[in-house]
Amino acid sequence: MLLKMKFSQQRRVRLAQGLWLLSWAAVMCGAFIFCLGVYLKIELLCRAEVMENTEIHVVPNILLLVGLASMGTNWIASRVCQDSLDMSRFPRWKVLLLAWFAVAALLCCLLVTVVVLSYALQGRLEESLKIGLRNGIRFYKDTDVPGRCFQKETIDRLQMEFRCCGNNNYKDWFEVQWVSSRYLDFTSKDVKDRIRSNVDGRFLLDGVPFSCCNPASPRPCLRYQLTDNQAHYNYEYQTEELNLYSRGCRQALTDYYMGLMNSTGPGVLSVILIQVSVIVSLRYLQTAVEGAMASENPEDESVGYLLEKGLKETFEDLKSMALNMLKYAQVDPATPEASPEAEAEKADNAAVSLTPAS
Amino acid sequence: MPLMPVKFTLQKRVKLAQGLWMLYWASVMLGILIFSLGIFFKVELRKRSEMMDNNESHLVPNLLILMGLLTCAINAFGGKVCHDSLDPMKFSKWKPVLKQFFVSCLLFNAALLLVALLCFLMQFSVYLTLAEGLKYSIRFYKDTDTPGRCFMKRTLDMTQIEFRCCGNNNFRDWFEVQWISNRYLDMSNEEVKDRVLSNVEGKFLMDSVPFSCCNPGSPRPCIQHHLTNSSAHYDYDLRSEELNIWTRGCREALFSYFSSMMSSMGALLIFTIILESADMAGLKYLTTSLESMSDPENPECESEGWLLEKSVKETVCETLAKLKAVVKPNQVQEGGDEPAT
Repeated sequence: MLLKMKFSQQRRVRLAQGLWLLSWAAVMCGAFIFCLGVYLKIELLCRAEVMENTEIHVVPNILLLVGLASMGTNWIASRVCQDSLDMSRFPRWKVLLLAWFAVAALLCCLLVTVVVLSYALQGRLEESLKIGLRNGIRFYKDTDVPGRCFQKETIDRLQMEFRCCGNNNYKDWFEVQWVSSRYLDFTSKDVKDRIRSNVDGRFLLDGVPFSCCNPASPRPCLRYQLTDNQAHYNYEYQTEELNLYSRGCRQALTDYYMGLMNSTGPGVLSVILIQVSVIVSLRYLQTAVEGAMASENPEDESVGYLLEKGLKETFEDLKSMALNMLKYAQVDPATPEASPEAEAEKADNAAVSLTPAS
Repeated sequence: MPLMPVKFTLQKRVKLAQGLWMLYWASVMLGILIFSLGIFFKVELRKRSEMMDNNESHLVPNLLILMGLLTCAINAFGGKVCHDSLDPMKFSKWKPVLKQFFVSCLLFNAALLLVALLCFLMQFSVYLTLAEGLKYSIRFYKDTDTPGRCFMKRTLDMTQIEFRCCGNNNFRDWFEVQWISNRYLDMSNEEVKDRVLSNVEGKFLMDSVPFSCCNPGSPRPCIQHHLTNSSAHYDYDLRSEELNIWTRGCREALFSYFSSMMSSMGALLIFTIILESADMAGLKYLTTSLESMSDPENPECESEGWLLEKSVKETVCETLAKLKAVVKPNQVQEGGDEPAT
């Protein structure tokens, strides 16, 4: 027996009561995990326009699933506790308990997976943001193209809210035409020069949109001719730090989401701990009550354990049970083959027995 | 003739006590809500105090905090009385204070009404404070090197971005002040000298607005400078351009924010007054029905409860007479002395 403990009637009652409270606490934890999943999903959906793929959504999806399943599982555990001290009602849970342990263990594994995934998917999130933001910046000017007309507003609000500029930094805006051609005077010499200065015929500026401006700068925001020190009085772009936001939006968004998922890490870990303690306590309760019911005097002391045999033996047992189930599947096709042969043999024997008679 | 008498059996008394106890605890929750709303309002006023030139009156949030605490205290006491009311021994120790409790409840309701009225009336004061404060904010926008005002620019920019507004009344307020500091003006430049000389006070005035006035929802990249000059920008007409910068003034935006907050708090206080009155009526019925039991030893007996022992008119006359006796005791004594001599 693995980790056996003696349980008197008093201790069994105490264990059942304590476990009932613990399983209701675990139901609350399941609700907490569900709400966490909802919050994370909403935050990701809000910024779905600047993300190229939805791979990162697997984290909140698992949290939602596990939250719901955990609420149901722990509610069942509380019902089992309530019935555990009643000899007539406990036996009906016997069959269900094995399945319950499997489901609860699966939930714990899923929660651990979530914690691992939230760190592992950081690289994918950055990639997705990089492509999404690049497209956002490229389509900033297309406010008249259906499907892209809100790109400008989205990027502007994103830059203002997260205090960032561009993809990696503000120079990303120098490489795209972010002023729509509808607002360019093509008769102007300056415009014609700029368009001819590059292969694609784009109107490129060393300027940024207003949403890159940093309100904390002591100076009114300088947005145009940023690389030209002579264009502005007392201005040197190499040393100017406060004028625009220096951080790139990809970095800002990644930090934000990683921070969100990291702060949920301790919560998820404590939920895993509570779930594991519910599993262990329920196993002890199950074995103690079954032991008490099996003995002549149900009020007597009984022994509770985690596993009936040692760890290695239980594993061997499970393996042989699994193999038996597979073998049983193999034996079945063999028997229908044997029976037509047997019947043919019987028919031959009957024919042979008939002929000597005539 | 008692006012609105109701007959009570034991069953009814018990139900009344239980229902009233729950109502009192609901009122305690309401008190906690009022308290937290008072704190929220105070924090919001502090956050925007720079926009109001640090002149704003904290009277309303302070009163709300006080009223919240008082509501909790009074209703907790009422709940305790209800809880003890069905046990004659415990109830007897509360009997002497009941009269004072009712009087204090009445005064408290009057105070709540006063605070609710203040919530609605002080909105005018907030409006005027905002108008003054924003005027100074716009004027001191450029003074990022003056101690005490160095964060005005950031605060005003963040406010314009957050509340989607520009200037005091509208964006033209920015045309009347110099919002670019002299440190960033090249005084040897001809254009700068022209502008500075063009007005009496020697201010560098422009028809431009800060970047925080820009509307992200505009289909066109924001035009901040030379706003009144339609030919300075391609395909631009000042009169028909609506989406380029925010058209609303910050005074209006901030005022609507604060006034909706204050109005909802006023409405909550009026709801609290109604709930408190219901509590008082219930407690009066409960206490009178317990006191008017014909046979105190037998809890099963029927009794009658009422709101006032006599009718409204008689009660008012009696109360006035008592007040007069308290205010003018000397005159009564003199009148009494005369016939003796």
